[in-house]
Amino acid sequence: MSVHLKQDRPDTRNVLDKTRQGVIGAPLPRPEGLLKTTGTATYAAEYAAEGCLEGVLVTVPVVRGAVTAIDEEQVRAMPGVVAVLSDKRMTGRPAQGMAGEAPFQPAQEVCYWGQPVALVVAQSFEQARDAAKRLVVECRGEDAPLDPAAVDAEESESTRQGDLAHAMAEAAHSVDITVTTEGHASAAMEPHAALAQWDGERLTVHASLQMLKFNRAELADSLGLEQDQVRLLSPYVGGGFGSKLGVSQEVVAAALAAMQLGRPVRVVMSRQQVFQVVERRSETHQRVRLAADAQGRLTGFGHEARVSNLPGESFAEPVLQSSHLLYAGDNRLLRLEVARIHRMTAGSVRAPGEAVGVQTVEQAMDMLAAKAGIDPVELRLRNLPDKHPENGKAFSSRKLAECLERGAAAFGWEERPRAPRHTREGEWWIGTGMASAARVHSVVEAKARVTLRPGGTALVETDMTDIGTGTYAILGQVAGEMLGLAPADIEVRLGDTELPPGSGSGGSVGAASCGSAVFLACEGLRRKLAERLGINSDDLTLKDGFVRWSGGEKALPELLGNAPLDCVGHFEPGDSTQDLAVSSFGAFFAEVAVNRWTGETRVRRMTGAFGFGRVLNARTARSQCLGGMTWCIGNALTESLLFDPVDGHLANCDLAEYHVPVNRDVPDCEVLLLEERDAAASPIQAKGVGELGLCGGAGAIANAIHDACGARVFAYPMTPDRVLAAMPEG
Amino acid sequence: MRPFDYQRAERLEHASQLAADADTLPLAGGTNLVDLMKLEVETPQTLVDISRLPLRSIAEEGAGLRIGALVTNTATAADPRVRADYPVLARAILAGASQQLRNRATTGGNLCQRTRCYYFTNIDQPCNKREPGSGCGAIEGIARIHAVLGTSPHCIATYPGDMAVALAALDARVEIARENGSSRSVPVRDFHRLPGDTPERDNVLEPGEIITAVTLPAPVGGTQLYRKVRERSSYAFALCSVAALVALEDNRFTRADLAFGGLAHKPWHDPRIAELLVGSEPSLALFDRAADLLLEGAQGYGENDFKIPLARRTLAAVLCEASGVGA
Amino acid sequence: MPIAINGEDYPLPADPRTSLLDFIRREAGLTGTKKGCDHGQCGACTVLVGGVRINSCLSLAVTNDGEEVTTIEGLGTLAAPAAMQMAFVAQDAFQCGYCTPGQICSATALLEEVAAGWPSDATADLGAAPELTDEEIRERMSGNLCRCGAYANILAAIREVAEEAA
Repeated sequence: MSVHLKQDRPDTRNVLDKTRQGVIGAPLPRPEGLLKTTGTATYAAEYAAEGCLEGVLVTVPVVRGAVTAIDEEQVRAMPGVVAVLSDKRMTGRPAQGMAGEAPFQPAQEVCYWGQPVALVVAQSFEQARDAAKRLVVECRGEDAPLDPAAVDAEESESTRQGDLAHAMAEAAHSVDITVTTEGHASAAMEPHAALAQWDGERLTVHASLQMLKFNRAELADSLGLEQDQVRLLSPYVGGGFGSKLGVSQEVVAAALAAMQLGRPVRVVMSRQQVFQVVERRSETHQRVRLAADAQGRLTGFGHEARVSNLPGESFAEPVLQSSHLLYAGDNRLLRLEVARIHRMTAGSVRAPGEAVGVQTVEQAMDMLAAKAGIDPVELRLRNLPDKHPENGKAFSSRKLAECLERGAAAFGWEERPRAPRHTREGEWWIGTGMASAARVHSVVEAKARVTLRPGGTALVETDMTDIGTGTYAILGQVAGEMLGLAPADIEVRLGDTELPPGSGSGGSVGAASCGSAVFLACEGLRRKLAERLGINSDDLTLKDGFVRWSGGEKALPELLGNAPLDCVGHFEPGDSTQDLAVSSFGAFFAEVAVNRWTGETRVRRMTGAFGFGRVLNARTARSQCLGGMTWCIGNALTESLLFDPVDGHLANCDLAEYHVPVNRDVPDCEVLLLEERDAAASPIQAKGVGELGLCGGAGAIANAIHDACGARVFAYPMTPDRVLAAMPEG
Repeated sequence: MRPFDYQRAERLEHASQLAADADTLPLAGGTNLVDLMKLEVETPQTLVDISRLPLRSIAEEGAGLRIGALVTNTATAADPRVRADYPVLARAILAGASQQLRNRATTGGNLCQRTRCYYFTNIDQPCNKREPGSGCGAIEGIARIHAVLGTSPHCIATYPGDMAVALAALDARVEIARENGSSRSVPVRDFHRLPGDTPERDNVLEPGEIITAVTLPAPVGGTQLYRKVRERSSYAFALCSVAALVALEDNRFTRADLAFGGLAHKPWHDPRIAELLVGSEPSLALFDRAADLLLEGAQGYGENDFKIPLARRTLAAVLCEASGVGA
Repeated sequence: MPIAINGEDYPLPADPRTSLLDFIRREAGLTGTKKGCDHGQCGACTVLVGGVRINSCLSLAVTNDGEEVTTIEGLGTLAAPAAMQMAFVAQDAFQCGYCTPGQICSATALLEEVAAGWPSDATADLGAAPELTDEEIRERMSGNLCRCGAYANILAAIREVAEEAA
């Protein structure tokens, strides 16, 4: 049995508010928690496979060119070496998210420095790693453009409305700033890994991937296999943040080696390889223009950005994504352009677009507030558009004003126009800043099977992944709420392409998409149970393993009997959002200390208030927001990919020199979750929250730096040298 | 990692004899050497494991302290005598790395820590330190973390450690055993070298020589500070650091022993700074003149130009804190 | 002499290149200890050797003969989890879970280190015994990266265990 919904209309029934189990939204601990804390959750490279060989990718120090010869003989003679693969089906780049087809092949056509071109397979990891370093690969090298500022860019997107230049000229107050952000790495803690096994007909790969149904298609297409010959398993993924959306080079290489050698092969990227070959977030060069009347009401809004990618890649960091709808302003110019350069593939890194776009707008808004003499929170409140400022669509739901107000109250925001350098504690200037948050919403087709088992427990199955987001918890809660079961009585199985295809994790789509699939499956089961009782399912109350209706009550196992009852829920996005602007919103408040001598900045506390539809689990949702706010700190202060100007290689390709925040960088953080129901977003009225927490917060920190010490810094990350260079004397 | 022959030294002499071979390296805590071996930056044919030699004690020696070469960074920083009499040393150690690394890193090994230069640690890049004659990728490349003092056209790498900066300020000495059984002692200030035209040599150790201890002179009291400027609040190398032993009487400096990290191929110590400061009244103008001396020959390489003003300001911050100026 | 891991002896590896981390994961089959960077830059591989936390990736297995190693599996099990393992669940002190065993090994050692009076960069007075302030915990946990950004909850979990013990 299955239930299919293509959601063409908002679902205002709010079914999950009428069910009685009381687990939806509850801050329940993750069901897999103890597996993770005892080291018994198994990640891709950790499966035991008899006779498993170890593969190590061989990369070449050439920015563009082609492999002309590989001297296999020398390394084949090394102890333990079994094979050297340079199969043309090896992939040179990772697949973009939801590509569903093979990424760039052959790997031996080199497009960026450090591209993998071959795989050395040996009995042991040490043998393979050494042999991979010693393999002599000859390459024909070519020059390639490396500097995004030095090439002509292609226009990717453009919106013009009214006359921005005129609005700027006429404005009572205006701001025109240019801001740069540098590249970011996902830097998930688990390096990309695959363990492939081939039985002569079917391929089984344990891998670390976010979106299995797409990944299976990508892998099959790369290898020339049918999809049903490929099984992928990723029940635990050690972080993704976009870098595991598409199938990456080690998966295809491991599969090819296993197929050629007839033995299991494991390939794990080194940390340096992870930095050098998986997707980066593009650096950006942005210009923001704001024109306002004397009361600070926007009359013009401009946001232009240049990003980069390799030739042939369709992805362009969508910097303007939320700029289209965040603030008012009749005269608008939004332009995005892409420079084609030879760095590793640019793709999705947590919150692509907003993670670097919103903070820039928020810096400009802070400057406008100062010019107009208006409190920054008030300035934002004055500029929330009634409807989408470009296409006139109504907002499906928007808690932005409440987030601003409640966040300000919780933080203790002092309502006043800003004047920097008001507080000093010893060597440290103290200041506060704020920013709005916005992240557009989307959902993806998803299926899930829910089985009521004799005895009154349930099983939820989908190939959906849990990359740390809380999928195991929330899918169990949706099912528990709908079926009247305690989460302990629900087993959730994920991360296996043998199971019904879910959405995958990425772009904050997972909870709303797969949650809806589970919801639909449970609606089907509820109808079946009602049928057995000869009643309407609206008359059915399921709670604590009991079935109640106006005419009586029965224990669920009694009603189920000896046979399991299952239903596949099939959710598909439809036209429900066609006439609406759908997005999650929030607000950030930050207090920083800036050292007057050294320009070092420390965030002292942060508050975030977020509205993202229905909260499915207040604990895991809060953790997502905390994670996002931690990323804000890295984005604002420490993270940047440094590319060599001469040969284009990534210089800081490890975790010592690419500075993700450490524990001491993260202060007390407060998170407010504002309950909201978005009927258009999904049948469970939920939107996404996985990325919202880092969409704008770096701007709050930047604004706080200015409030503290008077430095307006227009380059992220705001390292001590940059803060010092912008800091007024004294 | 290249294959190697693993030998454990049971006695110091044994270790010295083995280490005399140019293709042999001594292994102590391993926190730097194993890292570099995995990258094939270091490719010894033989590793001599010296980690179990009896060089693990901290003992009073004369009026000072003798810290065995195999004493871990953790043990040094936690030692009550170090904390009481040489707090700058404890502070510097604690400002470096992580607890896990400090638990294994040793006194001798930390002195021999090699540079964090991106070009040195990437064997697909030119580096005169790793491969003499191959060129320096950093000079025209990403030089953010590199040196501004004492550089050469062949190398602009920095010495990355913190502990040695404090030892330089303290004027500690390095005790070295030689292959022939004798020993010698070198001031920490002279232990590390400038790159010149032989950047492959980080320090003055000769083949067969093994560090056995660091000796600290008698405690001098005063104010002892270690200030490290870094890009995150912990677990990051210094953009610039200052170790300071400062004393004042009647509002005049009676001691101002300073050493600097993150600026050069070695912990930087310039005796002229103490000469200028001692006897003078603390003032911002004086600190500026001290910085003029420090940075007299400073040369930036574009991306690291900021280190020159940063060093000036960090020096001023430390002297202000020590003297109370500007408080 | 063999290496004892969680009380069980394992013979030394034949290849001296084998890191203690790979030895634990591959030769002893204890995959709870994670490889995040293999270069001492993330802390995912943290284990206790003789009760002291180290990065197992930077220690050659052969140099640890005769040592007693405790991994995450030795701290507690699904059936009998340690207080710190339960506190991490209760405080949601992890997301993807990959850095978690290293975090828990570090957190366990941290409490011992503070009890032993070891100072840290966050210790205001080197002459006094360190107190378990939030800043001390944050500094002492800074050798364990968590990219999901669970730091605030990790702090809460450690605090929970410390307060229960007090």
